[in-house]
Amino acid sequence: MADVAFGAATVPERDAVLARRRWLWGRIVVYGGLSLFAVVYLVPLLVVVLNSFRDLPEIARHGLIAWPRSFSFHAWPEAWGTFCVGGTCAGMKANFVNSLKMTIPATVISTLFGAVNGYVLTKWRFRGSEALFGCMLLGVFMPGQIALMPWAFLLGKLHLTNTTSGLVLIHVVQGLSFATLFCRNYYLSIPDDLIKAARIDGAGFWRIFAKIVLPLSPPILIVTVIWQFTGIWNEFLYAVVFTSGTQQPITAALVALATNGTNVRNYDVMSAAVLIGALPPLLVYLFGGKYFVRGLTQGAIK
Amino acid sequence: MAALTIRALRKSYGVVEVLKGIDLEARSGEFVALVGPSGCGKSTLLAMIAGLETVTSGEIRIGDRLVNAVEPKDRDIAMVFQSYALYPTMTVRENITFGMQSRRVPKAEQETAVKRVAALLQIEPLLRRKPGQLSGGQRQRVAMGRALVRDPALFLFDEPLSNLDAKLRVDMRVEIKKLHQRVAKTTIYVTHDQVEAMTLASRIAVMQAGSVQQFDEPQRIYDRPANMFVAGFMGSPAMNFIPAEMMDVDGRPALAVRTARGGTAMLALRNGAGAPARGREVILGVRPEHLSRVDPAQPPRAGLATLEAPVEVVEPTGAETMAILRVGDLEIVGRFAPDLAPRMGETVTLGVDMTRACLFDPETQRLI
Repeated sequence: MADVAFGAATVPERDAVLARRRWLWGRIVVYGGLSLFAVVYLVPLLVVVLNSFRDLPEIARHGLIAWPRSFSFHAWPEAWGTFCVGGTCAGMKANFVNSLKMTIPATVISTLFGAVNGYVLTKWRFRGSEALFGCMLLGVFMPGQIALMPWAFLLGKLHLTNTTSGLVLIHVVQGLSFATLFCRNYYLSIPDDLIKAARIDGAGFWRIFAKIVLPLSPPILIVTVIWQFTGIWNEFLYAVVFTSGTQQPITAALVALATNGTNVRNYDVMSAAVLIGALPPLLVYLFGGKYFVRGLTQGAIK
Repeated sequence: MAALTIRALRKSYGVVEVLKGIDLEARSGEFVALVGPSGCGKSTLLAMIAGLETVTSGEIRIGDRLVNAVEPKDRDIAMVFQSYALYPTMTVRENITFGMQSRRVPKAEQETAVKRVAALLQIEPLLRRKPGQLSGGQRQRVAMGRALVRDPALFLFDEPLSNLDAKLRVDMRVEIKKLHQRVAKTTIYVTHDQVEAMTLASRIAVMQAGSVQQFDEPQRIYDRPANMFVAGFMGSPAMNFIPAEMMDVDGRPALAVRTARGGTAMLALRNGAGAPARGREVILGVRPEHLSRVDPAQPPRAGLATLEAPVEVVEPTGAETMAILRVGDLEIVGRFAPDLAPRMGETVTLGVDMTRACLFDPETQRLI
C-alpha cells in the first residue's frame, strides 16, 4: 500500500522537477542573452570612461582599446577649464554653460506651452482644433534638416544668429509638437466633468488650468521634461549650423575638439569632455527614468 | 414667480436636432424631474440650463433674467454631476471651498459655510480626506455639499444616483428628498429612473426624442399619461395596452376586447372622460395593479368589468405577485397580493378597474 501511494506521488513530482528545470534553463538563456547585449552596449562607454583616466602617452603606446596601466585625473580639469580649442584655452566650461542656458529655458518653455496646448486641444475645443492638432503632429514626423533654411532666414531677420537665445527659440518651436502630443493625449483622460464643475464654480480658463489640470499633470510633465531635456541637450545639427566658437553648446564644441588643428589626438581630454557633455542627460535619466516609464503608461485618473 | 422658464428651446449639432422646441418652467422652490430614456435630450437640456452647451434658438430665463449668453459661473446655479466631478487633487474641504475662493468670498464666511454644509450632510469627519479615499456614497455627499454651499437660485442634478448600488441609491434618494424639503431650493433633476422621478419630483417632464411628452404632477402623469410612450415609460411593470373597439351596451359606452379563447368581453367604460364614437378602434391602457381577481359567483363591484384570462406565468416577488395572463393573443401583466394571486394554469375571472382605464388613439398614440 505504501508502494502504491509512493508511486502515485512520484509521477507529478517528477513532472514538477522537470518543469522547474525547464523554467530555470529558460531564465538562463533569457538573462544570458540580455546580459550579452548589455555588455556590447556598455563597452564603448567603458572604454571612454577608462581613457579619461589614462595618461596620453600610455594611450598612444598601448592603443585606444586597452586595459589601463596608468591612472590620473588630469584630463578632467583640463577638459573642463584649460584645454585649447581654436586658440582659446578655456576648455568646455563655457560650452557646458551654453548648453545649460539653452536647454533649461527651452525645456521649461516648450513643456509649459505643450501643457497649455494640450489643455486647449482637449478641454476648450473649437472649430478646427482637431485639424490644428493634426498640423502640429506633422512636426513629430518632420526631420529637422527640412527647417534649416527657414530657421537661418528667421534667425537672421531676428538678429539671433550665433546666440543661445536663437537656439532656445528653435528648440521651443521644434519641441512643441512632441510636448503638445504628450500632454494632449494625457489630458484626454481627465474627465470633462471636472472642467464643467469648475466653470460652474466660477473658475476661468487659467484658474482651471492652474488649480485643476496642472496638479493632475506631474506624470506627463516629468515625461515631457525628460524627453525635451535629453533631446535638446543632445541636439547637434542646429547647434553646429547656427553657432560658432564660444557661443556653441557642448555638443557642437566637442566636434571642434576632435578637429583641433594640431596632429596630436588628445584622447584622454576628449574622453573626459565627451563624458562631461553626456553627464546631464544621464543624470536626468537616472533620477527621472522610473517616472518616465511610469508616465508613458499611466492615465491621469483611475 | 417662476425660478426657471424655458421657451421654444432648440439645440442642433449640425443637421442633427437633439432638442425640438422645449417649453418648461419651474416655480420657485419646486423640484422638477426630467425623465426619459437615454438619448432623449434630458442631459443636453440640463447642460444648456447650466450654460455648458450653447443655445441654438429659444430662451432660457433664470428668475426673470434671460441667460442664453450668460457664462455658467454668472447664472447663479450649482450642479451635481453623475460622475460627481470632485477635484481629485483637493481635499473635501478644498473641493467645497473652491467655488467660494473663485468668487473671492471672505475667509470667515467660507468657514461658516463649510461648517453649515458639513453638518447638514454629516461629512465633518471627511473634510481633510481626498476624494480617492471616499466611498461612493461619501463622494455623492461631498458633491452635494459643493453645490449646497453656494446657496444658488437653481440646483441642477445630472443623474446623481446612477453610480451607486441599489440599496445606497434608495437611501440617498430619501436624503435628497429630505434635503430639498429643508432647503426648499428650486431643483432640476435629470434621471432615467422613473421611480426616482416619481418619488422626488413635484412635477415631472417626461422626454422622448428631443421633446417633452408631458409635463405634470407625478400622480397626474401616472394616472392620465398624455400618450402611450409616457404610459409605457412611467410605472413598472409597464401599463398593459389592449386593442379594443368602442361599442354600445344598453346605450352605455363599452369596449369590446378579444379574450383568449376567441370570445369577446364587453367592458363598460367608466373613466369619466368623454367616450369616443361607436365603432372606433382604441387602445385600452390598464395598469397591472388595476387588475384583480373576482369571484365569478358574486356580482362585481361598481366600475369593475370582468373577463376570463388563462394564467401563463406567475412571478412572486414577496410583497406582491406578478402574473402574466393571456388576453386575445396578447400577454398582460397583473399585480396581485400574494394570498390572492392566481395559480399557474388556472383561468381566472379578471376584474378590470374601468374607472382608472386610459384610452389611446391607435393612430396618434395620444390619450383620448
